[in-house]
Amino acid sequence: MIAPVLQVEQLAKSYGGVRALDGVSFDIRPGELLALIGPNGAGKSTCFNIVNGQLRPDAGTVRILGRDATGLPPRAIARLGVGRTFQIAAVFGSMTVVENVQIAWLAAHRTVFAFWNPLANRHRAEALELLEQTGMAELADRPAASLAYGDVKRLELAVALAGNPKLLLMDEPTAGMSTAERGALIALVKALTTERGLAVLFTEHSMDVVFGHADRVIVLARGRLIADGSVDAVRADPKVREVYLGSGLASGERR
Amino acid sequence: MALDALVFQAVNGLASASGLFLVAAGLSIIFGVTRIVNMAHGSFYMFGLYIAVTVADRLPSPFDFWGGVLVAVALTALIGALVELVLLRRIYRAPELYQLLATFALMLVMNDAALWLWGPEDQLGPRAAGLTGTVELLGRRLPDYDIFLALAGPAVLLGLNRLLTRSRFGRLIRAATQDREMVAALGVNEAVLFTAVFALGAGIAGLGGALQMPREPASLTLDLAVLGDAFVVVVIGGMGSIRGAYVAAVIVAQVKALCIALGTVELGGLAFNMSKLTLVAEFLVMALVLVVRPHGLFGRPAPATRIHASAVEAPLVPLGPGGRGAALAAIALFAAMPLIGDSFAYAPVLAQDVLIAVLFAASLHFIMGPGGMASFGHAAYFGLGAYGAAYAFLTLGVSTPAALVLGPAIAGLGAVVFGWFSVRLEGVYFAMLTLAFAQIVWSIVFQWEEVTGGSNGLFGVWPEGVLESPTGFYLASFALVLAGVLVLRRLAFSPFGHALRAARDSALRAQASGIDIARVRWLAFIIAGTLCGLAGTLFAFAKGSISPEAISVGRSIDALVMVLLGGVQSLLGPLFGASAFTLLQDTVMRETAYWRALLGALMIAVVLLFPGGIAGGLSDIAARLRRAAGRP
Amino acid sequence: MSETPRLEIEALDAWYGAARILFGVSLHVGRGEAVALIGRNGAGKSTTMKAVMGLVTRRAARLDVEGRDLRALPTYEIARHGVGYVPEDRRIFTELTVAENLDIGRRPRPAGTAPDLPDWTPQALFALFPNLAEMQDRPGGAMSGGEQQMLAIARTLVGQPRLLLLDEPSEGVAPVIVDQMIHALHTLKRAGLSMLIAEQNLDLCRSLCDRAYVIEQGELRWHGAMAELEEEALFGRVAPTNGIM
Repeated sequence: MIAPVLQVEQLAKSYGGVRALDGVSFDIRPGELLALIGPNGAGKSTCFNIVNGQLRPDAGTVRILGRDATGLPPRAIARLGVGRTFQIAAVFGSMTVVENVQIAWLAAHRTVFAFWNPLANRHRAEALELLEQTGMAELADRPAASLAYGDVKRLELAVALAGNPKLLLMDEPTAGMSTAERGALIALVKALTTERGLAVLFTEHSMDVVFGHADRVIVLARGRLIADGSVDAVRADPKVREVYLGSGLASGERR
Repeated sequence: MALDALVFQAVNGLASASGLFLVAAGLSIIFGVTRIVNMAHGSFYMFGLYIAVTVADRLPSPFDFWGGVLVAVALTALIGALVELVLLRRIYRAPELYQLLATFALMLVMNDAALWLWGPEDQLGPRAAGLTGTVELLGRRLPDYDIFLALAGPAVLLGLNRLLTRSRFGRLIRAATQDREMVAALGVNEAVLFTAVFALGAGIAGLGGALQMPREPASLTLDLAVLGDAFVVVVIGGMGSIRGAYVAAVIVAQVKALCIALGTVELGGLAFNMSKLTLVAEFLVMALVLVVRPHGLFGRPAPATRIHASAVEAPLVPLGPGGRGAALAAIALFAAMPLIGDSFAYAPVLAQDVLIAVLFAASLHFIMGPGGMASFGHAAYFGLGAYGAAYAFLTLGVSTPAALVLGPAIAGLGAVVFGWFSVRLEGVYFAMLTLAFAQIVWSIVFQWEEVTGGSNGLFGVWPEGVLESPTGFYLASFALVLAGVLVLRRLAFSPFGHALRAARDSALRAQASGIDIARVRWLAFIIAGTLCGLAGTLFAFAKGSISPEAISVGRSIDALVMVLLGGVQSLLGPLFGASAFTLLQDTVMRETAYWRALLGALMIAVVLLFPGGIAGGLSDIAARLRRAAGRP
Repeated sequence: MSETPRLEIEALDAWYGAARILFGVSLHVGRGEAVALIGRNGAGKSTTMKAVMGLVTRRAARLDVEGRDLRALPTYEIARHGVGYVPEDRRIFTELTVAENLDIGRRPRPAGTAPDLPDWTPQALFALFPNLAEMQDRPGGAMSGGEQQMLAIARTLVGQPRLLLLDEPSEGVAPVIVDQMIHALHTLKRAGLSMLIAEQNLDLCRSLCDRAYVIEQGELRWHGAMAELEEEALFGRVAPTNGIM
């Protein structure tokens, strides 16, 4: 059996006496696209932010590629081989598209403390290669601030991949995109996952995306993991239907 | 140390705290709703005091004081409303730093207005009818009025609190503090609300000023002095927290009172006069609070407020052939300056001033533009460089070239220490901590007479050896400034410069990509401090002397104005800004007693007409010309 | 009841800074009618609503509410003329309690209001959204996404609007709560309110709306009865069959 990229064990976190997360455990293996879903306030963000290092858990452990990463700051987590995209895509607006990827490439290779040769001449080929993979090569010299939102999302993906991560954390990767763009982005992520043996953990509100593309789904409710399984198993799970999917009127289940 | 002296000073401290609180509260309320850091806030305090004194002078005895206070509050509120209608309304959408520049300009204009209205002499008002007596406390006599003042602060605090929680106006203020656009979309006339809030804040500041009537005379230096105090109090308490402002005002006033009460203390055999600390006590408290709580005592991490995104800076592009040509021409002009000196004796002197200002501004721009960190205390490194070099040269007897190395090194060392604390803070808090450090440096320089010469400063810092001739020194400083500017430019294009921009554009993204933001910012701060120290060193040798004036708040603000005037989004901005500012100061400003108003009006014009500064305005014109030329 | 529509827009253009977002949008919403505005993110749905409210730079041949021209009016006057705006991300005043949030929007019923519209007193609202009644003293920031959405609608209703602009009311709201919201919106529709609803959730639109407009890249591509809207005609999967362009 292949070793997991991410192992989360018995995570717990409380805010002022309210248990936001209560004994959550799961893992991800290379090549796996794992969706984390649950109603608002179920603890998705808390769980996600503990894995990415923005929050420190009260109890439990996070292991990344077998190394204990519990409570490490975001930068240290990044150094362990973890890439990240944000719910509201964040890129460096005052740089061109290709410079965004170049600086991320240099940061991943710990060479940002270089003071003489301009950034423009450094690793442009590698950066363009990544932009090619995410379908952004044609826009390489455009200012990032001038991109349409769908393209910002793609650029952010390229920036996250510049560190050649083993694990990619995506917070609502398709928020703010159209149905067609959503499908295309997730298909791209899926292809990269397979190609690079990448593991992806993502939260998502669009059930179309979750049930159409995830390999496995975990469901949080009131801070506890109530389901962990294949798309079909989770969709059929009566507990999940009760707390999250509702009557089906608005669940996106209309295929 | 007698208990009665302590108690006496404590009551006195509470009276002072009320004064501090009144200014700070208005500043905080205005910032909360309009998101404008009102640099002119001290001016309303000063106007309140002047108006109260003037009115009281014309009223019969029992009504003089109280009538003056009432009229002062009403008039400052009215002036506040007018300022909001005429000026602020036009700049709500401007970038934050330009708002600072505009309100600072307003302060200059108001200061000259006061000079014109009331003249340069200090004016003392009457005492408060009914509160002229004293009460006996522990064998000492306390003025009634101090007790009244000590109670006035909490009374206003309670009143404001009630207003904010119990009245519809207060609820609207709190709602608008979070999301003004939504308040309008719910049918509230937000324009009137903003005017009212500004009038309220200005009126409270006016009240604060007017109530000082029996304690201090109205003078033209009050605006800047009070502004500094008010900022410190607001920042210690946490921006936007009224309660925090009161607690902070009490802490600051009590610490100062305690320093006075303690007098000279013996510590490990060394006698130290604690009252010397009053000059920096508030800044020490602020530095301490900010290091422990980066958002002040009652402040919260930046609330999710909606601020209009300012235009995003364009990616860096190397100069085109035209730009290179212009740059070479400018370099040639400066290099040829000693030749011109034969016919225009003043030209090389002016050019020397411009060069020093350029490096001063360019070094600030490096952390302020690419780094996004607006330092309000950049003069500290200028002063450390100047004093470091002067001390090494005069007292240690090192050579001029060695002093030119030692000065910047000492400034760099200061930046290593102060930068480590500062770069961990954001926005206004960063600005205030850098200001605090600058004040601490100023106060040490001012008081450590054996080393710094105290208020007189150090003299006889004239370059020796090859640099002794004016031309030799001019050319050397030209080469050093040129090298400094080129290094900063090279750095901006380097991976390091881009890492700095990355941290500014999106700290989250930068961290997630593995960039050590604090280290990148710290190093940038050290580089900027060192080069600023070089500017200070050159200044000391160019003038032959150095005084504490070079580290004052005013000098730090000069640097900010130069950068903003030139355009913060352009690498060339500080060069234009510093040149224009120095030329203006050296020429036009000398011709009139009202130079502040003139400078202020100019700054307001820049903000309203060229929000991108001189560099932004020039590139707009260039773009328009290109478009016009491109047309068939 | 006259035939003047509640909202009538002709040739509406809008800009975000230098970028033009809307190109000649024309639409109308009748009295007591619910109309869906459907399209991808970035298609111009939110901008249409913001343009009605005067929150973006805009130009229009006509922009009337009940025959009154809105074009020269500031945002707050537009709200006072009976337009209730419920923005995309709710924009609750998180520091204020539920009751205080409602107070910001509160406005007495204008004298000339059609008698068929209910007076939205807090009591009437709490009947509509029972959850809110129980949490009047809770700060807006301590509410769940769904509760905030209810409050955002309630806060607009206390301003006694005759037309509601609802921007993505189901976005980020758990499906169970969406069902409750659809129920409440049905009640409002029966009470005579007109609604323009920007939505990506087709089930919500089908359940509530009479007509639909499809917007794409700032231009209207299709309009017709909700029942005629084929899912395939949406989101550019298949070219629109009976487009108006």
